[in-house]
Amino acid sequence: MTLLSLQNMKTQIGQYHVLHDVTFDVPQGGVFVLLGRNGAGKTTTLRSIMGLWQPQPGSVMFKGQDISRLATADIARLGIAYVPENMGIFGGLTVEENLVLATAKGRFDQTRLQRIYTLFPALEKFWTKQAWSLSGGQKQMLAVARAIIEPRDLILIDEPTKGLAPSIVAAMGEAFREIAQDTTILLVEQNFNFARSLGRDMAVVDDGRVVHRGSMADFAADTDLQGQLLGLSA
Amino acid sequence: MMNKVSETLGRLGGVNLLPLALAAVAFVLIGAPSSWVTLTVAGLSMGMMVFLMASGLSLVFGLMDVLNFGHSAFISFGAFVAATVLAALSTWLDGGWMLASAALALALLAAIAFGLAAGLFFETVIIRPVYRDHLRQILITMGALIVSEQIILAVWGGTPVSVPRPAFLEGAWIVGDVSMEIYRLFAVGLGAAVFVGLMVLLNRTRIGLLIRAGVENREMVEALGFKINRLFIGVFMLGSALAALGGAMWAGYETLITPALGGEMMIVVFIVVIIGGLGSIEGTLLGAIIVGLTANYIGYLAPKLALASNMILMMAILMWRPSGLRPAVK
Repeated sequence: MTLLSLQNMKTQIGQYHVLHDVTFDVPQGGVFVLLGRNGAGKTTTLRSIMGLWQPQPGSVMFKGQDISRLATADIARLGIAYVPENMGIFGGLTVEENLVLATAKGRFDQTRLQRIYTLFPALEKFWTKQAWSLSGGQKQMLAVARAIIEPRDLILIDEPTKGLAPSIVAAMGEAFREIAQDTTILLVEQNFNFARSLGRDMAVVDDGRVVHRGSMADFAADTDLQGQLLGLSA
Repeated sequence: MMNKVSETLGRLGGVNLLPLALAAVAFVLIGAPSSWVTLTVAGLSMGMMVFLMASGLSLVFGLMDVLNFGHSAFISFGAFVAATVLAALSTWLDGGWMLASAALALALLAAIAFGLAAGLFFETVIIRPVYRDHLRQILITMGALIVSEQIILAVWGGTPVSVPRPAFLEGAWIVGDVSMEIYRLFAVGLGAAVFVGLMVLLNRTRIGLLIRAGVENREMVEALGFKINRLFIGVFMLGSALAALGGAMWAGYETLITPALGGEMMIVVFIVVIIGGLGSIEGTLLGAIIVGLTANYIGYLAPKLALASNMILMMAILMWRPSGLRPAVK
């Protein structure tokens, strides 16, 4: 079943056409990976889905509803969470305040909170610390935790492993596998090995267009295609 | 060594110690304790009134990224509205403590109510079409300021308007050689109460949490499902109301006001917001107190430097801390 469907999505930022033709379907469940070189349009794709850039009308369908003209807040309320590349945490707020802000009613569901403590024990340890004082990995944990503190249908995550130590990347991968059991993840990632270990389906964006769609297993097996689309060498 | 000194100062309060350091230096330079106390109370009271005027602008600047040069119109209107109410209730001012208090409360509430309504109008009609466009913001808010001053001229005329004060706020408390104006002490108390109220709002409520988050990252607040535009209206109205309250208090302090009042105060207000750090209420209070104390101390010690003192202060602080003393984390 398709959860999110992008059809010929075009996005213009100022006078620049950044996305020309982005078309792919994200099935419900698991991790869908969006790959591409720097500047290909991956982040703009996520931001356009979230309404932070305005895409062409009728090009973004979520659970069968056109969301391309909705405000960002309305899109979020439909059950889509966003973890931007810069993590978007509020540095002046404590870990607790960052998380409570993302709850629907201003209080925690204890079951979900315990799940977060299990996935990211560091957040419980630094509960009352201001978020700016956390390490890069802890900030990324907080950003992901904020996305799952309420039940969501879809989480958009933009390059979560960027600049993180290998041990943190491994922990993040474990967390994503656990989260993907009940929530669909649309992951933008440059680290191909990380993406390959998580993704079931994938697409490649280049110069604002989707140039390849398919299963991650097939793409991972085709080193020529990886080299051609991502510049990866065998 | 320097790091240790810096760490120790940080633990003791960091930049929050600046007003104390300033007062200590002034105590030595002034020499006469009674004059020093009078000047310190005057500086604190001026600081608190400027804080009222500046706190809203700082939040609006920090949260909405709006350069509102029309902010001074709220200060002027607050002053004139309060003066009008006090003049209309002048018989109450001489009618005992209860009636005089009621008249003062009504005057301040009228200024606040006007600020709220004017803020709603200003945000929805003037500011909203120019979000994210600083040049147009400057032009349109300057235009709105000029129109506002002309409205004040048309309604209240160009001659200075006198502002009656309740009898219980007249005079001074004399303790030994020290004289402290009662109105100034009242301004310090009111400013402190507003500061505490704002801190409770910002740190103990969900709306406050949203404002603090929005000052840092508006886009992310929206991505969490909150309509930032509604928050903008609320903060703008709050900022306008505080400016009007500050104007009303300043009117009582000056006792003779002209339509140029807001424009004259605006330079000081901008200096306070800039040196305090955008979007930070604690920074605004700190900046306002430092500006108030500096103006009074320099006015006494080197009157010829009084006009330049705030500018010199701003330059010195910005060279030391380019983002201001206590900016909201960005």
